[in-house]
Amino acid sequence: MTYEFNIDVDRCKGCGLCVTVCPKKVLEISDKVNKKGYYPVYQARPDDCIFCKACCLMCPDVAITITETVKDTVKQE
Amino acid sequence: MGKTFKKPEALTDEHTHYCPGCTHGVIHRLVAEVIDELGIRGRTVGISPVGCAVLAYNYFSFDFQEAAHGRAPAMATGIKRVRPDLIVFTYQGDGDLASIGMGEIIHAANRGEKFTTIFVNNAVYGMTGGQMAPTTMPGQRTTTCPLGRNVEEVGMPIKMAELLSSLETRGYITRQTVIKPKYIIKAKEAIKKAFTYQLEGRCFSLVELVSTCPTNWGLTPVEAVKWAEETLLPYYKLGEYKTPE
Repeated sequence: MTYEFNIDVDRCKGCGLCVTVCPKKVLEISDKVNKKGYYPVYQARPDDCIFCKACCLMCPDVAITITETVKDTVKQE
Repeated sequence: MGKTFKKPEALTDEHTHYCPGCTHGVIHRLVAEVIDELGIRGRTVGISPVGCAVLAYNYFSFDFQEAAHGRAPAMATGIKRVRPDLIVFTYQGDGDLASIGMGEIIHAANRGEKFTTIFVNNAVYGMTGGQMAPTTMPGQRTTTCPLGRNVEEVGMPIKMAELLSSLETRGYITRQTVIKPKYIIKAKEAIKKAFTYQLEGRCFSLVELVSTCPTNWGLTPVEAVKWAEETLLPYYKLGEYKTPE
């Protein structure tokens, strides 16, 4: 099984709480604004992510989700 | 469990109106997750307060009722007594529950009404512009005490969990917080326990959640978490204050 990390950019309000709780320092605040006018978070180092869900638990806006993808499907870039 | 994470079904797709970093969103999600896990979405009624969570009915996908300021426990009493098969909870802030609604919550708890209260304590009146609440910390600056809360004039902050646990009636009273993932996991367990006691028809249950209000504290969300941990948590001690056993 592989996992896919998704950030709903337009739900994010750029509070930065997920950045502080990430044990691997994967997340950073983007310099591009979203629809709401906030600077959303993005995965600066996606390969370091261990899917611990700390950011998902902390996010007040349910902007971060992790879905399961079947291993042998072609990864969509 | 596993490694996946998705939005609970008891939450709608609506984006919340809360400020960035406001922990109301976390608490909404925890309540929704517990309702999903217990499978009670079809027969749950929430009661929203006057305060920042006044629009909570837009964010939950089950029945909601709006109450007058502080009167959510009175309305919950009515709903629960008429329809004991429903799962009823009130969602109240500290200005609503600990100030104008003090009479309602104490008597509802003392009568042992079998509903659940989610009490969000962020030490300030949020929606109305950051006025001093009964739970504001000594020396904390707000718009109505710009020099800081003067305890000689207005007394010490009220500890609701301790106050309500002193009642002799059976109940489940606990204080948790949602400012860090480790606390969020415990807070969810407490909310689940509170709803389970209601499902079993055992007792009144109240979960106090120490929260942040970055906007009215004049701090960034990250600084607000730090301030809450250093200032609020030593005064508002976490733990289970009363269990029905």
